[in-house]
Amino acid sequence: MIRETLGMVFIFIGIAFDFLGVLGLVRLPDVYNRLQAATKCVTFGSAGILFGVFLINGFTSFGFKALLGIMFIFLSSPVAAHAIARAAHRGGIPLTRESVIDEYAKDKELK
Amino acid sequence: MKLFKWITGLMFIAAFVYFNFFVYKGEILFKLINVNLFSALFVLFRVIVGPSAADRIVAVDILGVLIVGMLALIGLHYKQGFFMDIALIWALLSFVASLAFSKILEGRQLDD
Repeated sequence: MIRETLGMVFIFIGIAFDFLGVLGLVRLPDVYNRLQAATKCVTFGSAGILFGVFLINGFTSFGFKALLGIMFIFLSSPVAAHAIARAAHRGGIPLTRESVIDEYAKDKELK
Repeated sequence: MKLFKWITGLMFIAAFVYFNFFVYKGEILFKLINVNLFSALFVLFRVIVGPSAADRIVAVDILGVLIVGMLALIGLHYKQGFFMDIALIWALLSFVASLAFSKILEGRQLDD
């Protein structure tokens, strides 16, 4: 009983994080800002939902697959986000006008 | 113009919250899945009107993660475990597709 309640609480928090991250994806002005908001929706949004599913199902095959999904998402999603940001900067997509500093361009000049 | 966008978005979200949580009489899991699908609608908006190619790639990457969570909820409702297999494969394919798209965006080829 308490396990299912705790799992539903985790699922609610995960859904709220998903919605807020997608709202940031629509609202923010730049590629890099959008990427920063959208990656937040990965690390607690869908991982929270999968952890809630694991808490509800317990140590069955379904629950272990949910844990495996959490591990895979935590390993793969930052790599993809980093690759997209690096490719966008090298592909010449400009920053927004309100940004104050760009350290990566300085690093590319030094090389 | 900015105020018009704000009011349109707020009315859209308010109409969704009213019809999902107060009018629709269903299970609580179906209401949560509806919230997830509504988020996917926002992601598709960013895919369509995104100014550059990188915006579209970010949006497609996030769409894969949203669908993984939605498949977990559907499997929780039907009490069957094979939906998590579909979710794992979807996450793997989304990861590979994001890497390939970013490599093409950078200007290199796939065998570089």
